[in-house]
Amino acid sequence: MRVAVVRFPGSNCDLDALRAAARAGADAFFVWHRERDLGQADAVLLPGGFAYGDYLRAGAIARFSPVMAAVEEHARAGGPVLGICNGFQVLCEAGLLPGALMRNAGLRFVSRPVAVRVEMTDTPFTSAYSKSAIIKLPVAHGEGRYVAAPSVLQVLEDEERVVLRYVGTNPNGSARDIAGIVNRERNVVGIMPHPERVADPAVGPTPGAGVFTSVVQCVELLGGGTA
Amino acid sequence: MTRYRVDIRVLPRPALLDPQGKAVQHALAALGFAGVDDVRVGKALSLAVEARDTAAAEREAHAMCERLLANPVTEDFVISVVGEM
Repeated sequence: MRVAVVRFPGSNCDLDALRAAARAGADAFFVWHRERDLGQADAVLLPGGFAYGDYLRAGAIARFSPVMAAVEEHARAGGPVLGICNGFQVLCEAGLLPGALMRNAGLRFVSRPVAVRVEMTDTPFTSAYSKSAIIKLPVAHGEGRYVAAPSVLQVLEDEERVVLRYVGTNPNGSARDIAGIVNRERNVVGIMPHPERVADPAVGPTPGAGVFTSVVQCVELLGGGTA
Repeated sequence: MTRYRVDIRVLPRPALLDPQGKAVQHALAALGFAGVDDVRVGKALSLAVEARDTAAAEREAHAMCERLLANPVTEDFVISVVGEM
């Protein structure tokens, strides 16, 4: 089971994402943003960081990287794609997910653990969790306030596409406490929290590991990948 | 072809919270500029565009805004073709 971790200039959670996927049993490898193919990846991770320095808008330039055409093709073919933090911003800019991520309501960069509820477990990145499980994941972002037109927010709720929701404190003022969403086809997921930072037992509890075991299990169930 | 200077203003949609604008507004109030009741912070871009005429330069800038310079979900843009360079 092969997982591509895309590296943009400015990605900084790429190694953690790669290790978390490898620990879950994937054959994980990096793909530089200038590549045009994903090396037969079964799943793609867009890691956190500050691709292209967040110039213009977070994700706005990265979204036109050569590799993104391959990511879009993979997504349209139903392949699992996860965007974490900056990766979520890239997916929104690319139009693979609706809405946008704006400056935190409190203006400050927020870096701390937050409680989120796993609202949906029928996505390739949350299937290993119990529905409604509340887990603590770190967030680290200045632009994590999810916004979308009211009609889009309603569609997200009606179609059960809010995957993670902040409980207790909303760290950034996002609409409906949204921390993560999935596309209509349920293969492209974007989340602001960083599960890859809490996926190594060497540094503490691993509430984030389930994101990576989910996708490994999902791909193997579908008969994809042999590694 | 003529070289035009095109100025583009990109601003957050009025319906959306602009925390930067709010912070600037509070700072202005603290300095005694009491009459300011709305501030929005966006970006200004200044481009040199080769085009046949003003209308073509504006069309080109419009396409740039739609594809890259503004986010259609959160931002509005205003284009002004300032003049020939």
